[in-house]
Amino acid sequence: MSFRSTERYIATRDLEVAVNAAVTLERPLLVKGEPGTGKTVLAHEVAASLGRHLIEWHIKSTTRAQQGLYEYDAVSRLRDGQLGDARVHDIRNYIIPGKLWQAFISPEPVVVLIDEIDKADIEFPNDLLLELDRMTFHVYETGETVTARHRPVVIITSNNEKELPDAFLRRCFFHYIRFPDRPTMQRIVDAHYPNLRSDLAREALEVFFRLRDVPGLKKKPATSELLDWLKLLMAEDMPAEALRAKEGQSAIPPLHGALLKNEQDVHLFERLAFLNRRNA
Amino acid sequence: MFAPFIEALRREGLPVSVTEYLTLMQAMRAGVANYDIEDFYHLARATLAKDERYLDRFDRAFAEAFKGLEPPPAAAGDDLRPDLPEEWLRKLMEKFLGAEELAKIEKLGGFDKLMDTLRQRLAEQRGRHQGGNKWIGTAGTSPFGAYGANPEGVRIGQDRSRLRRAVKVWDKREFRDLDSDMELGIRSLKLALRRLRRFAREGAATELDLPSTIRDTARNAGSLELRMVAERRNAVKVLLLLDIGGSMDDHVRESAELFSAARAEFKHLVSFYFHNCPYERLWTANRRRADNMLPTEQVLRTYGPDYKLILVGDATMSPYEITHEGGSVEHWNAESGAVWLQRLTSHFRRAAWLNPRPRQSWREDGSVGLIHEFMEGRMYPLTLSGIETMTRDLVH
Repeated sequence: MSFRSTERYIATRDLEVAVNAAVTLERPLLVKGEPGTGKTVLAHEVAASLGRHLIEWHIKSTTRAQQGLYEYDAVSRLRDGQLGDARVHDIRNYIIPGKLWQAFISPEPVVVLIDEIDKADIEFPNDLLLELDRMTFHVYETGETVTARHRPVVIITSNNEKELPDAFLRRCFFHYIRFPDRPTMQRIVDAHYPNLRSDLAREALEVFFRLRDVPGLKKKPATSELLDWLKLLMAEDMPAEALRAKEGQSAIPPLHGALLKNEQDVHLFERLAFLNRRNA
Repeated sequence: MFAPFIEALRREGLPVSVTEYLTLMQAMRAGVANYDIEDFYHLARATLAKDERYLDRFDRAFAEAFKGLEPPPAAAGDDLRPDLPEEWLRKLMEKFLGAEELAKIEKLGGFDKLMDTLRQRLAEQRGRHQGGNKWIGTAGTSPFGAYGANPEGVRIGQDRSRLRRAVKVWDKREFRDLDSDMELGIRSLKLALRRLRRFAREGAATELDLPSTIRDTARNAGSLELRMVAERRNAVKVLLLLDIGGSMDDHVRESAELFSAARAEFKHLVSFYFHNCPYERLWTANRRRADNMLPTEQVLRTYGPDYKLILVGDATMSPYEITHEGGSVEHWNAESGAVWLQRLTSHFRRAAWLNPRPRQSWREDGSVGLIHEFMEGRMYPLTLSGIETMTRDLVH
């Protein structure tokens, strides 16, 4: 069973190889890439194509590695103790399994997504080294050891906000999702919107790639922005001609709110458009 | 059989270890890449290159190690072309070489042969640079030199913009990016910078506040009353401005170490680059190009006075570059560097200048004294003790 491009998700050959390597050797796959190039979606697609259940663990700046394993809710136990609840005598009632625990004890093999690992503290990946390597951990409160029944496929995404430690990287396969080139982008668009009029798609891609070429944009629009924008264009039933920037006319594409996500970029664009008009 | 490949990777500076090598072997045995050079390339890349900044180097090493086999698509051809437009070189030579010299080149085997040798020479030069030597520009080993094609002609060249473009073209490949991390001695720097930390409780209340809990529980006649408090975090904000290029070439290592240490130490660290003296624009990447330019005004607007400003530069320049309008060596600056320095220091109340030159030599150049004056004496040597003094002064 191997991973291939699906109807909805276009994977390049190098991505397929990386995913298959990670699945075959049962090691984590670290995925990086510009925001909006489909890192998180990849995990969903891998799970779907392998026919496995996906367990998502979204990382925030306050997330600690321990939370992925389990948490001991001492505070509820203390409260229950005061109220005289009978539950208080069994510590198991206050051990809350985390995402990795759930994945380890699952009767069928699963896919685990650790999303945006770089959001957490700098020590976070180090704290998970052993658990991801051996797929086992110890619960100190109850004295039991949890071992994975089936080693899950672990997909980790990172936005490069922090450097990941070497020891962690050594245990992973790595894939950098490059920004899709034009033919790939065309395939992605076709996969998502098979009914899109071809003239509109062509013009929209033209505008999109031109927009990405504008120097100095703070956030270049990526695949997800393009897909949102196309959806809007289709909903508005925009004619393809509306996208064609005629000589000396405004360079701002219609419904640009879906593509440009901050006011500085919009402002920059308006200024460029103004200059264009003046030159004409 | 892959040992030479692994060696080539390590030569290129990829941190490849036995673990990765064994993983690759394992994956090969498991049949992930079945006798297909392209799949093998993808597999090796996923196994051995663990960061996107290594991808290009990986491609180079791969191409080198498996020469003769089908080259991987990404590794082929992109080595020289984007950096060295051929017509441009040809034109440059025609411009700077006299008829006699051109005849000599003919004797050497013609322009194309020369270009080939030059190409080879460039590849070698890059290898040496990564071995730890200076890059081409400062070391003064012009690739043209070895073939007698008048290196002075290229260097002194009357057409300034052409010359500067030449420098940029080499730099594109050779400039060591300050953004990459350096392991050397940054630990001690980190410890020194640690003094700048200022803790503040921010964000959601996630920690048990023991004193308040005890107090409120007592007040509640012994029935438990929990009080939570937000976690302590390092709240210090640092704006780092780094001088780049020119006379700073000698100090690149210290600056890189400082940058690396600061990046690991502060959550709110913003850095920009300038050349010699900050003027009306700064650069967001050390390749100072038009597309990553940022008006200094905007930096002043974006980052509040609570940021601590640290400028890193040797402050070695002609005094005019500070005091006069139009003094910049690169462009026409409408307002003098002094005006911009004053704007920066008056906006950021906590500001300091770190100078990589030893303190004893500061008196040799007038410009150092001038900057010292504009910084109101807050110039410190870029040494451990200098940074320690600086952090103490920045905090108080």
